[in-house]
Amino acid sequence: MDDDDRVFKALADPTRRLLLDRLFERDGRTLTELESDLEMTRFGVMKHLRVLEEAGLVVSRKAGRARFHYLNPVPIRLIYERWIDKYTEHRVSALAELKTRLEAG
Amino acid sequence: MTTVTEIATTQVYQVFIRATPERIWEAITNPEFTRKYFYGTRAEYDLRPGGAYKSVGDESGNVIVEGEVLEVDEPRSLVQSWRFLYDPELAEEGFTKVSWEIEATEGDVSKLTVTHELEEAPKTAAHVAGGWSYILSGLKTLLETGEPLA
Repeated sequence: MDDDDRVFKALADPTRRLLLDRLFERDGRTLTELESDLEMTRFGVMKHLRVLEEAGLVVSRKAGRARFHYLNPVPIRLIYERWIDKYTEHRVSALAELKTRLEAG
Repeated sequence: MTTVTEIATTQVYQVFIRATPERIWEAITNPEFTRKYFYGTRAEYDLRPGGAYKSVGDESGNVIVEGEVLEVDEPRSLVQSWRFLYDPELAEEGFTKVSWEIEATEGDVSKLTVTHELEEAPKTAAHVAGGWSYILSGLKTLLETGEPLA
């Protein structure tokens, strides 16, 4: 699996997307906080967090005895540039070209 | 990181780059590099604790960000303060703290982590939220392909 595969796989699950949304709302949360927020077992949250961490979408930091989880949006930006920007750019320029041709009569 | 607010207001960005820590260090601290991926700004670092940091608009010559170098451990870690100057509301929030950590991993890939501590700087936090992703992905593209993002 390459980096993109891991990101797509991680994002292809509603619970993991929900976890990312929760971290987007408030970053730097512990497993216990995420667990109570999602009404999910500790084991379930841990499993999903591991997939997100392997994809680089979540970065965890230890401070004292607790571990805090942070949303890392950089892999999504890379996917955006690689897979979305490229195609929408093309659409936009195709439409711009069409407009130019139509207006030129 | 000790207090609850410090933890919740910190932003962490991480990217894996196919480059040595030395090349990444160069890309962060050399103004000729930074202007290619850092919104066209030149990073001017006096690389010693207490040294000045300035991010200067390549064309305008305006100082966009000012700060101070707090810790230098080339090519592994650079800690600095950070304050936007171009918007009075952001400037008013005062200095925040940015840490760059570079770590060699397996193969020729290095891990770059940027941690921005933004306690009591909500406007600055909102302002940088999308920016770091853009900057780090631009830095990765520049180092891996030699070309800045279009």
